[in-house]
Amino acid sequence: MDGHPPLRRSASFPPETIHEIQRAAAEGIYEIRGFGAKRRLPSFDDLVLLGASISRYPLEGYREKCATDVVIGARFAKKPLHLKIPITIAGMSFGALSATAKTALGRAATAMGTTTTTGDGGMTDEEREASSLLVYQVLPSRYGLNPRDLRRADAIEVVVGQGAKPGGGGMLLGQKITERVAGMRVLPAGIDQRSACRHPDWTGPDDLAIKIQELREITDWQKPIYVKVAAARPRYDVQLSVKSGADAIVLDGMQGGTGATQDVFIEHVGIPTLPALREAVEALQELDMHRKVPLIISGGIRSGADVAKALAMGADAVSIGTAALIALDCNRPIHVADYAALGTAPGACHHCQTGRCPVGIATQDPALEARLDVDAAARRVRNYLSTMVLEAQTLARACGKSHLHNLEPEDLAALTMEAAAMAGVPLAGTGWIPGR
Amino acid sequence: MITVDLELATVRELNQRLHDLPPDTNERAWTIVNPGGRHALLAGLTRPVSITVEGHVGYYCAGMNEAAEIVIDGHAGVGVAENIMSGTVRVRGNASQAAGASGHGGLLVIEGDASARCGISMKGVDIVVGGSVGHMSAFMAQAGRLVVCGDAGGDLGDSLYEAVIYVQGRVTSLGADCEEQPMADADRAAVADLLARTGIPGDPARFRRYGSARRLYHFHVDHADAY
Repeated sequence: MDGHPPLRRSASFPPETIHEIQRAAAEGIYEIRGFGAKRRLPSFDDLVLLGASISRYPLEGYREKCATDVVIGARFAKKPLHLKIPITIAGMSFGALSATAKTALGRAATAMGTTTTTGDGGMTDEEREASSLLVYQVLPSRYGLNPRDLRRADAIEVVVGQGAKPGGGGMLLGQKITERVAGMRVLPAGIDQRSACRHPDWTGPDDLAIKIQELREITDWQKPIYVKVAAARPRYDVQLSVKSGADAIVLDGMQGGTGATQDVFIEHVGIPTLPALREAVEALQELDMHRKVPLIISGGIRSGADVAKALAMGADAVSIGTAALIALDCNRPIHVADYAALGTAPGACHHCQTGRCPVGIATQDPALEARLDVDAAARRVRNYLSTMVLEAQTLARACGKSHLHNLEPEDLAALTMEAAAMAGVPLAGTGWIPGR
Repeated sequence: MITVDLELATVRELNQRLHDLPPDTNERAWTIVNPGGRHALLAGLTRPVSITVEGHVGYYCAGMNEAAEIVIDGHAGVGVAENIMSGTVRVRGNASQAAGASGHGGLLVIEGDASARCGISMKGVDIVVGGSVGHMSAFMAQAGRLVVCGDAGGDLGDSLYEAVIYVQGRVTSLGADCEEQPMADADRAAVADLLARTGIPGDPARFRRYGSARRLYHFHVDHADAY
């Protein structure tokens, strides 16, 4: 034999693991980063839709109607939301994101007749003006929370957890705590801000029910009240949210993104969106509340195919965060030298926590923020949302559905045993659902 | 004086009636009788009305109050005056957990004792407690002043930001990053002013001041054992 033997890398200690061990040895603290879970997880990619043929007949694309509207909040609220599309923009904070990015998201959502959502840090006037339908989050930190904004919101979302970090609070590192962000949060500028992981004045479902009652009283029972939970024990959390009086439930799977969280949290806590959705739907069905309390699923939704499959599994709507940022320009191969300065490259950047976002989205630096043209960015997100809707309609018509909500589990098959078990649909070519 | 009997009217009816008051209302003096520990009483008020509740209230009484002057002539449940923005809320009896939680402004007066987490996450409110406060009071408190005329339970001021705590009695223990700090003339004047405004007896000279050591404001490996 000639030359050296082939290099033999360890499966247990691949180069990235070696690097992380040595980084931890040098720095003595966990890695904090943005984005969501990067590991391969069972997902909607592991499902396929079963198009119509002889036993079911399809609808004509572009000719026969396939409706997309959804009503959120009709359980108790006097003014439920009527969304034109079942895709919403997830809660992301001003602070984690620039004001320009928040405005662009709001304009795109407005153009599409759907909601956008505030985040940890409160509501900005720019976001309110840009968003015809704005969901106002009530988070454990209570940063910027005030009754005026509660009243000028279109819906309220009590945030219990986030898919990227079930059981964890928010983080915003000092480089993003500008004077304006600090002022909104009543914090000293420049500190590493750690949001609370528990609400300050309630614990458990009995308290939550009373907290929701209080929010309804403050807003005269006008606003739909959502409860957002991270996917960890969705069967319990969904049922307890219903019991607590939620008008709608937002369930965020572990692929959900974050502006800054410990990497170990992002990759190792919570369950994927796919099994979380099935558990949540079953939980609602057990209570006879499926389709009565809308379920909004989030965490790794990227395409109209994901939307169609999520709705077929029983979701009433989906919510997107990371994908919306990517539509804005996140990870676009421009300003490549600035990615390199962060030690990353377009396509792999997760450096939201640094505040040095090369494309001006996850930053509070005016020079970087100026890189995002708000009109063009809003148009891109609008185009992306339109594409997702068209894709979902295409798939639904192929399954013979005149409304996206007519998609059902019977329209799905799984490509892997794991996905079959997690989604509760048969393995393709069989009638077999593992565990049943 | 307008009297509302909560054995005859619902909380919803009362709150709506108060929310519907115009800015120049003449209906400025109210008495609420038979509160019966009901929740979310007087939540979200915005007008400068004076209201006395004759009896005990449940959770979140006077939540997010703006401008109203409210007296609870009894005990208060969890989260009294939570997220208060302005105005004054006075509890003549004792208050349960999380009194004044995340309050942004205004004044909360508790003549009796307050349970755990009094002033948790406070963001500018002033709180004066005639008696003692339970453990983890002023947890993650960001701004405002907590004056305790009695004793404070364990882990006072844990993870404190820029709020300031004054305690006249004993402190069981301090939480992470909370330290005793010198009591300056300005501090004694502030305590004297708050005591005078609230009519709570106390000797400013006997109070001690607690604030943030600011050691946890930035992540650092050498701080890990502080938690």
